[in-house]
Amino acid sequence: MKKRDLISITDYSKEDYLRILELAADFEKNPNQRLLEGKVVASLFFEPSTRTRLSFETAINRLGGRIIGFSDAGSSSVSKGETLHDTTKMVSNYVDLIVMRHPLEGSARYAAEVADVPVINAGDGANQHPTQTLLDMYSILKTQGTLDNINIFMIGDLKYGRTVHSLLMAMSEFENPIFNFIAPEELAMPEEYKLFLKEKGIRYFEHSEINENINHADIIYMTRVQKERFMDPIEYEKVKNVYILRNSMLKNTKPNMRILHPLPRVNEIHPDVDDNEKAYYFEQARNGVYARQAIISHILKLK
Amino acid sequence: MSDQLKKKLKLKVSAINNGTVIDHIPSENLFKVISILGLQKVKTQITFGANFESEKLGSKAIIKLSDVFFEDDEINKISLIARNAKLNIIRDYEVVEKRVVEVPDKVIGIVKCFNPKCITNNEEITTYFTVISKNPLDLKCKYCEKITHEHQMVIK
Repeated sequence: MKKRDLISITDYSKEDYLRILELAADFEKNPNQRLLEGKVVASLFFEPSTRTRLSFETAINRLGGRIIGFSDAGSSSVSKGETLHDTTKMVSNYVDLIVMRHPLEGSARYAAEVADVPVINAGDGANQHPTQTLLDMYSILKTQGTLDNINIFMIGDLKYGRTVHSLLMAMSEFENPIFNFIAPEELAMPEEYKLFLKEKGIRYFEHSEINENINHADIIYMTRVQKERFMDPIEYEKVKNVYILRNSMLKNTKPNMRILHPLPRVNEIHPDVDDNEKAYYFEQARNGVYARQAIISHILKLK
Repeated sequence: MSDQLKKKLKLKVSAINNGTVIDHIPSENLFKVISILGLQKVKTQITFGANFESEKLGSKAIIKLSDVFFEDDEINKISLIARNAKLNIIRDYEVVEKRVVEVPDKVIGIVKCFNPKCITNNEEITTYFTVISKNPLDLKCKYCEKITHEHQMVIK
């Protein structure tokens, strides 16, 4: 039987998304279900990512599973020069499932080929982070009641931000989405994604600043504009304060509108937004545990 | 002397009895073609030459292989660096079949992924690309999912 890895969001069909979202809702109602009792999961973090690791490990614990692994490459055999191939092969002998984070792109796909057990990609460099996308979708579904007819504003680094790319691909599977992109020119949404939308006949609009356009939004998806992405530091200084969301900008936004952010945030969402009921980013992080419980259950066919 | 006759005489210089002639290889890629096809391991007679005049390419290379015949999958590997290569299949000194190379749908090995952060550039892994455009050539890496464009292509 073919094992079910989750490496890239496009590995899954709309049916998979819907099944996982349904399971996530079930875990939210009843988080402690010991479906992983007697099973061992490897949590292999070749680079530190506290938020993602704790979210996964909480999900595994709530399912009653045991965890082995490491939280950075320095405390693993990688520091002795072991290849990813050998580490994966060895760990795959011990466990029922591997959760992996690695700084190199494509590492998760490769590990999935090497391992005899399913692999979940918890981030491979700037490439993919599919469990983030599923928790984003769950957050949209929970706050909007549907994934159809959603007007999404994506703001910030749309060039390197893997979360916006994956979310764009996944939401394109649903009815009539509208995308609005707000980014500095250097960090604009890459052509290949705009072409993808065009080919699917999905509407999108591009803006250079945050203005009253956001009053049409159902979802505002904020990302960090990272200094290190700019070749020219002057360019960064020019744009760094243009893409900050402030409470005063939200006055005429739709009542159902919610603000998402994959976190960590730096200054792109002003702290005065935090108390607004439209700020959803901290709840969004909590949804990550339910979404990951759902993904694990789906992959191991626990439910 | 007629052109036809001249051509025939030219060919006869190193004509082969049975085998394959690969023509219209860009001269600068001759040794890459030899390496991709693994011709260094061939035990039968091989003649190759480079820097012949060519109307199409300016300068072309040619390889003549005695008693060697290629499957399509095998020969199509060279299409990445010898787009206009033509194969003449020779039996008993006669050209019995002419074939052109075609860019395959998958490129396995051969090309390096342009992304320095791709796992294939950091560990011993055979590269694997899906061809998403044949002209110009765009290759999508199975691992890092990035696209290597024709001008970024490096042969391994």
